[in-house]
Amino acid sequence: MYTFNFRRASNLDEAQQIHQSSSDAVYVAGGMTLIPSLKLRLANPDDVVDLSQIDGLGSISSADGVVSIGAMARHCEVAATSDIPALAALANRIGDAQVRNRGTIGGSLANNDPAADYPAAVLGLGAIVHTNARAIAGDDFFVDLFETALDEGEIITRVDFPIPRRAAYAKFANQASKYAVVGVMVAETDAGIRVGVTGAAACAFRLTSFEEALSTNMSASALDGVEVDSSDFNSDLHASAAYRGSLVTVMAKQAVDQLTT
Amino acid sequence: MSAETGIGASVLRKEDARFITGKGQYTDDISVFGQTHCVFVRSPHARAKINGINTDAAMAMDGVIRVFTGDELVEDGIGDLPCGWVVNSKDGTPMVSPPHPPIATSVVNYVGEPYAFVVAETLQAARDGAEAVEADFEILEAVVDTATASSSAQIHENAPNNQAYDWELGDREATDAAFAKADHVTTLDITNNRLIPNAIEPRAALGSYDAASSTYTLYTTSQNPHVERVVLALFVNVAPEANLRVISPDVGGGFGSKIFVYAEETAVIWASAKVGRPIKWRADRTESFLSDAHGRDHVTKAELALSSEGEMLGLRVKTIANMGAYLSTFSSSVPTYLYGTLMAGQYKTPAIYVETQAVFTNTAPVDAYRGAGRPEATYVVERIVETAARELNMDPVELRRKNFIPPDAFPYQTPVALEYDTGNYAASMGKALELADSDGYAARKAASETNGKLRGRGYSCYIEACGIAPSQLVISLGAGVGLFESAEVRVDVSGSVTVMTGSHSHGQGHETTFAQLVSDRLGIPFESVNVIHGDTGRSDYGLGTYGSRSIAVGGSAIDRALDKIIAKGKKIAAHMFETTEDQVEFAEGQFSYAGSNEPKPFAEIAGAAYIPAVYPLDELEPGLSEKAFYDPKNFTYPAGSYVCEVEIDPSTGVTEIEKFVAVDDFGNVINPMIVEGQVHGGLAQGIGQALLEHGIYDGDGNLSTGSYMDYAMPRATDLPDFEVDMTSTPCTHNPLGVKGCGEAGAIGSPAAVMNAITDALGVKDVPMPATPHTVWETIQQGA
Repeated sequence: MYTFNFRRASNLDEAQQIHQSSSDAVYVAGGMTLIPSLKLRLANPDDVVDLSQIDGLGSISSADGVVSIGAMARHCEVAATSDIPALAALANRIGDAQVRNRGTIGGSLANNDPAADYPAAVLGLGAIVHTNARAIAGDDFFVDLFETALDEGEIITRVDFPIPRRAAYAKFANQASKYAVVGVMVAETDAGIRVGVTGAAACAFRLTSFEEALSTNMSASALDGVEVDSSDFNSDLHASAAYRGSLVTVMAKQAVDQLTT
Repeated sequence: MSAETGIGASVLRKEDARFITGKGQYTDDISVFGQTHCVFVRSPHARAKINGINTDAAMAMDGVIRVFTGDELVEDGIGDLPCGWVVNSKDGTPMVSPPHPPIATSVVNYVGEPYAFVVAETLQAARDGAEAVEADFEILEAVVDTATASSSAQIHENAPNNQAYDWELGDREATDAAFAKADHVTTLDITNNRLIPNAIEPRAALGSYDAASSTYTLYTTSQNPHVERVVLALFVNVAPEANLRVISPDVGGGFGSKIFVYAEETAVIWASAKVGRPIKWRADRTESFLSDAHGRDHVTKAELALSSEGEMLGLRVKTIANMGAYLSTFSSSVPTYLYGTLMAGQYKTPAIYVETQAVFTNTAPVDAYRGAGRPEATYVVERIVETAARELNMDPVELRRKNFIPPDAFPYQTPVALEYDTGNYAASMGKALELADSDGYAARKAASETNGKLRGRGYSCYIEACGIAPSQLVISLGAGVGLFESAEVRVDVSGSVTVMTGSHSHGQGHETTFAQLVSDRLGIPFESVNVIHGDTGRSDYGLGTYGSRSIAVGGSAIDRALDKIIAKGKKIAAHMFETTEDQVEFAEGQFSYAGSNEPKPFAEIAGAAYIPAVYPLDELEPGLSEKAFYDPKNFTYPAGSYVCEVEIDPSTGVTEIEKFVAVDDFGNVINPMIVEGQVHGGLAQGIGQALLEHGIYDGDGNLSTGSYMDYAMPRATDLPDFEVDMTSTPCTHNPLGVKGCGEAGAIGSPAAVMNAITDALGVKDVPMPATPHTVWETIQQGA
């Protein structure tokens, strides 16, 4: 770890002011990615701005068919919610108990790791990401590898998940890291069938061909013969693009089976 | 007393109370007044020439005390890190051992090799200093791949074809003749994947020089502190032997990786005198991945000659063993004397010929890792036996039974040097089959098929040579050390006992097991026995703990010292009874004499030895403390039968272990609970090798699996409920009849798992680790 200034913000404006006035600042939410990076000296910021003491940023509420999750809500807290069981189940399989007790939904989304779980939920459930400046449709949020629609210094405040009629998440976890090699959220929402896929490509995406197939027939067999183009998928030590392509279908079918039984 | 805490009792481990309450004292927990901190500057290149190192900027940094380069150690007379076992090639020439300076001087040969180190007031300052060290590297082509290393760029000047040695064992002509008359030959090309040990506690060292007495004290994470001391003193020249004390306090796992003498402890103990202050270093996890000696990494072609009835006639094995960049402390013995000698397995194969070519690559040195050569041997033998059975359409159990060395054939001389003293392989097999519910297998397989899953079953009947080792035998084969063990049993005035052992416990539970042995033999309370280990200043020269040797060799040494204690006790008692010592009996803690109805408890005799009021002082020295050095007559031969049943989901390639049965013959057992725990741990590591773990270097020699993000360690959820049981044929040549149990699980299990997976998939081989991705690809290739 290099030395840095630890700056604890008491409200959003202060957090953003510190960020703007620093030549190199980074926010810390749960720190599950940042702290290891700092420890390995892979990150060397001047200022680390702590968001943990900002009032209300961690609250979870449910009203009018929408579950609203504060950006600083821990994975374990999301796992304990009941209005969207698929989302709770997803949160309950992130990392290990230590990670779930520290990591936050806002931190995970802002980081946009290609193998993170939450992006599949944001896309699959049609969530809205709220920031201190605006509301961003989930469909527009994930831009590329570790890249989001957030502007420099912009802070996620909460994520609004419309409660789906039914939904399920299936994940094929990396045996070492427990990140998603492929994770698929399938949801039947008021706005139609949505399928969000994480782990497979540079960032999470919706798989419209599956959405169409499932719209006419919500069953695993509806996905038979629906091609998944894996040409742009990630290929690494743990999984080839072709394997990820196959897993997208297998995980989607598992999710459909879960949600139809 | 003995029923509850003696031999055969599952006593809870004494040492666990301190471990599970955070009161263990590990090397990094120890701090010495004036202590400084040390960070090693490590090569980012797999192979490069060092044209220069500039330490000026580092030296100028706040808090930096000294920056050392390898040249300074060389100038001070510090020698290379030696390999302690000289293996000869077929032509009789000794192995090539390239120069291995602790801190690289002119070249670096693997990513992570240290070429400088920084001593500073704080760890943070040492890290900053290390980053400020500048080196001018001329990058050279890296050699990484085991199979092609001998035809790649030459790494060491004195090692043409990157060859350390080309070794053989067995009768080549007799083996060729066996193949000439064979009805069937099974051929198998297999690899044994590189593993990275990953003890929970990373390696650490604290070197402290005391100018007043000119003595050095090194605290370090060693499985064998006496060996560490003798190597550092006699070979590396860091200090005169008399002036060097090595202490290995609590050590959090070793698995072999802490046997070896490494650069880091050499550097800190040497530099502590230069700096005039104690120096501490502790590896971070990345350093552990890069610089701990790795394990396995073999490429093998094996051929088995059989008659049409399944009689094994001959075995030919040709292995390329990746040694990494240098020969680590005991590396040369692993793919030779701990490997080729085990190729008979449990079978009476009459002709065996083994060749091992050891090659250098630009990777971390490879040395002993739990099992050390014996897992690799078992993998070869048990994979090819199972494959042969399939090719001959024979039941793999029947093929094995037909070829087992029968119980009445012991002692049995194998064609690969070893003489097995005892065993009953069919007994272990029979028990394993029973536990595995063999009869219900067909129904389970059918049920899997109904669910779209593939079920398979595999066996592995391993043998290992443990209780390492008869000194004169291993010295004649090139070892630089004897492999006996020391013990001292020191009886206190009150009759309590302190045992000093040359063995070292880093998870094995010796404080409990050895106390049980003493409690049982002296008939004193288990709680009255203290076991001291890990300090060259307190115990006699001993060889430490590895190769499942501690109970068989270290325990036997304690037993011999106990014989002497009892013999002297009889003399003292005889004097008190006014009789002769041959009239005195000792049992259950009491010295008795037929002419007296008042037996004398052990504590009373101990008291008399130290307060010699009624004592034959003119014939016998006072006091009650005895030493013994035990040199084993032979290796011990634990053996067992493992059965693994897997179910594979063809859609994902995920393998679930549905059943794992391990029946081991460890001879007599002191603490069944500890033994069972050792088996569980070994199985976890063996299954980890089969399904999860893989040390991978990319083509440039960068370690791709250098963290837990990419290197998959087995977790509890990856493992089934093991069904563990035992049979027993006591060892015939040590006083306790024990064989050792530390490595069995890791030795026997990979073959069982892979035999089950290949059975399920209907293929000849799947490379380890059989990750979901690998299994899925295997299925795709077949589809």
